[in-house]
Amino acid sequence: MTGEPFGLYIHIPFCSRKCAYCDFYSVTADDTLMDIYLSALSEQLEQWSQRLNGRKACSLYLGGGTPILFGAERLCKLLKVCAKHFGLEQAEITLEANPNHTDYDTLLTLRGAGYNRISFGVQSAADEELRQLTRAHTAAQARDAILSAQRAGFENISADLMLAIPGQTQQSMQHSVRFLSQLNVTHISAYLLKIEEGTPFYERRDALKLPDEDDTAALYLGAVQVLKQAGYRQYEISNFAKEGYTCRHNLLYWDCREYLGLGPAAHSFIGSERFAYPRDLQAFLAGSKPEPMGGGGEFEEYAMLRLRLNEGLAFEQAHKRYAFDEQMLLKRAQPLRQYGLCVCDENGIRLTPNGFLVSNYCIGKILA
Amino acid sequence: MSIDRDHIRNFCIIAHIDHGKSTLADRILEKTSAVAARDMSDQLLDNMELERERGITIKARAVRLSYTALNGETYDFNLIDTPGHVDFNYEVSRSLAACEGAVLVVDASQGIEAQTLANTYLAIDHDLEVVPVVNKIDLPAADPEKVCHEIEDVIGLPAMDAPRISAKAGINIEQVLERIVTDIPAPKGDDEAPLRALIFDSVYDAYKGVIVYVRVMEGVVRPGMTMRMMSTGAEFTVVEVGAMGATSLLPGDEIRSGEVGYITASIKNVKDTRVGDTITDAENPAAEPLPGYRKVNPMVFCGIYPADGAKYPDLRDALEKLQLNDAALSFEPETSVALGFGFRCGFLGLLHMEIIQERLEREYNLDLVTTAPSVIYLLHMTNGNDIYIDNPTNYPDPSLIASAEEPMVNAHIYTPSEYVGNIMDLCQERRGVFKDMKYLDTDRVDLHYALPLNEIVYDFFDALKSRSRGYASFDYELSGYEQSKLVKLDILLNGDVIDALSFIVHADKAYARARRMAEKLKDNIPRQMFEIPIQAAIGGKVIARETVKAMRKDVLAKCYGGDITRKKKLLEKQKEGKKRMRQFGTVEVPQEAFMSVLKLDE
Repeated sequence: MTGEPFGLYIHIPFCSRKCAYCDFYSVTADDTLMDIYLSALSEQLEQWSQRLNGRKACSLYLGGGTPILFGAERLCKLLKVCAKHFGLEQAEITLEANPNHTDYDTLLTLRGAGYNRISFGVQSAADEELRQLTRAHTAAQARDAILSAQRAGFENISADLMLAIPGQTQQSMQHSVRFLSQLNVTHISAYLLKIEEGTPFYERRDALKLPDEDDTAALYLGAVQVLKQAGYRQYEISNFAKEGYTCRHNLLYWDCREYLGLGPAAHSFIGSERFAYPRDLQAFLAGSKPEPMGGGGEFEEYAMLRLRLNEGLAFEQAHKRYAFDEQMLLKRAQPLRQYGLCVCDENGIRLTPNGFLVSNYCIGKILA
Repeated sequence: MSIDRDHIRNFCIIAHIDHGKSTLADRILEKTSAVAARDMSDQLLDNMELERERGITIKARAVRLSYTALNGETYDFNLIDTPGHVDFNYEVSRSLAACEGAVLVVDASQGIEAQTLANTYLAIDHDLEVVPVVNKIDLPAADPEKVCHEIEDVIGLPAMDAPRISAKAGINIEQVLERIVTDIPAPKGDDEAPLRALIFDSVYDAYKGVIVYVRVMEGVVRPGMTMRMMSTGAEFTVVEVGAMGATSLLPGDEIRSGEVGYITASIKNVKDTRVGDTITDAENPAAEPLPGYRKVNPMVFCGIYPADGAKYPDLRDALEKLQLNDAALSFEPETSVALGFGFRCGFLGLLHMEIIQERLEREYNLDLVTTAPSVIYLLHMTNGNDIYIDNPTNYPDPSLIASAEEPMVNAHIYTPSEYVGNIMDLCQERRGVFKDMKYLDTDRVDLHYALPLNEIVYDFFDALKSRSRGYASFDYELSGYEQSKLVKLDILLNGDVIDALSFIVHADKAYARARRMAEKLKDNIPRQMFEIPIQAAIGGKVIARETVKAMRKDVLAKCYGGDITRKKKLLEKQKEGKKRMRQFGTVEVPQEAFMSVLKLDE
């Protein structure tokens, strides 16, 4: 299977502080801890490379947390270790960053070291909404960060955009999209805010002026619309890109391809097994093994993931990897088509934006 | 079985639920060395898992014990355990009829409760010598003095010298055993008279067929005899007789008058051995059966359907097996547009219904959908006919009904006086008619109400408990039919009547019930791709309406570092959920929705 595409994910679990809606794994850290983490990662990278017989990766994604907090020096070293063990030739190499931690010199160093894609947690171009989200930056800082990145030579820039923020309107959402498109970002991830248990948002969910289901739906459909008008083609439920700028790493997930994830809470999928490191930095540093998360890669999982994509479940492509009964799937998809939730024909089944909005339901109907 | 009749004591233990009947039975078994310590598990007589868990006795059991009293003589004790619940009143009465005495257990902290009285009166009606015992004296809240006074004042039994015991801690159990010897009379009987044996219980055994538990009143029964059931005339050849040991059957040569024992006769079905029936000798039959036999009839009915239609044959097998041991359970096939193939089942009462449902789910691993319980209504038709209806589906066109009657019960509720207001409100809401109120002592009250049976079959007991912080107890007996204004309420989803949700209700309560039903359904039917109107209607007239709005958003937008486990779990859940979904035209209804409308008081 070494010829198949393969990705590398590294979790950098450090944040200067936690946003009130976030349930991702992160801690605060000083230089000492970060150095220890870097050596732990380097060790793991070497071990995994041996275990995987020097398998080459076509993408590297540094997610967080706030990876840029790791600092230019460590990030450069890390990339070197990754390249040493996993090749990364012609690879897409992404780093997540927050606008307020990003200065031109750092960006220049990173770009020089080989990082070629940067993903900013912009979330909104309305300062009031950023305050609601307890983000530590302003829209102006986001603009500066994006411009600095471009000056530093980053051509491929992604921005996260949050939908269904308390107080968000169609106007403010459109304003945020225009803000990003005017800055020529090449990729936008537009996520619906989800109130997760255990977060401060969850604790005060009743006091938050969250948009109701209908408004949320309208915001999502509106965003799909204005993003399209601005030249961003939807390729996944939450992902939009200018021509040629889809995220290769993301697509590995949705095409049910293999990837290795390192760091606490990072998930992997290798050789029909899914596994993940515990959400515990100390455990990772102590060398604890990843925990099995069950099998993976069977047709049902593949179809579930593919249906998140604009391309959908394309039968011809799928038949190259799986044997399955497409007539049965088409029969189950039929009622969804009547409600405009999917398009289905002899080529495959694709959800529409309306279908994406209720994709859990649709995927369940088609596969169960 | 050579012991003479003077040294036999046939007795039962009666008590309100949780007052310690089964624990006392266990202690008596221990003290009489009937059970080796290693065989002792808690509450030995409660065989069923469900009985142990709920702390109730569902089926009667009997056991023979040997006790050497302080006077140096050895006695045979036949302890007959009785079901403690009103649903099984008839079985209790037959068990009592097999005894000469009853040990009445009263909790030293709770005092007299509804079933204490109901069971005691039943025992006195059967001319039993009642031996009061005050239990749980080791509890901090115990007040044995007060409880003894209560027994004297309320029941009229001398109780000042009643044994004060703790069955749990094993305190003063010997006193109880001595009282059984001294206070309870030995049985009378005539071995020469034609055989008359009272059936007080029967169980099905895969090897021996039905094992019939009997008390021989007159005559002798031996293997090889041809015995006859006096109510049906059915005859069987006796294969084996004997006594019930604590852990196994003890075969013997005969059972003589005054004794308690078992008979096997290759009987295939407990229906042939009805509790209360009299067994006689076919060659030398008795002239008259023993008094008191009646066929027990179900009072409460509901539809039981397998959640997975393919499990219909399994459900039928399970019901047949349960019926082998439970002649009071009735069932016949029925079909519902909504639920497919299932059974209309009849029960003695609510507890009986719950127990059967639980046993089906637990012991037979079935996933069930049950419909709202119904009682039997009597309808006088305009053409002069009378019909009985236990299923809303069969409710005729209202224009053909001249008048209707519904079954009533006489209910006694025992409660600390502070909850009287709450409970009177509850009875009022349930269309109860106040009869009278008696103070048992300064702070405990006996409330007497006439209540329609259909008002107590749903959740009356739960409501009573919640409005009295669990302190009130409740007992009832059927008191006949009364004129009533009844209507049939239909539930429509997306315009279609869902037959399994129809029910018969008093006209004055129809609006409130309809609104509540519609709300419950709205909460329990998941949003779908289109709006679903829920309507409640009488005849063609809609009296309540709710809407399940169309689903707008159901998406896991984010993928965190390749973690797709949540999405997979969701898909698994959906697949699981699909099995529990019922399809009505285009509308999907989870079976929880059916169950939710049965619990309207929550």
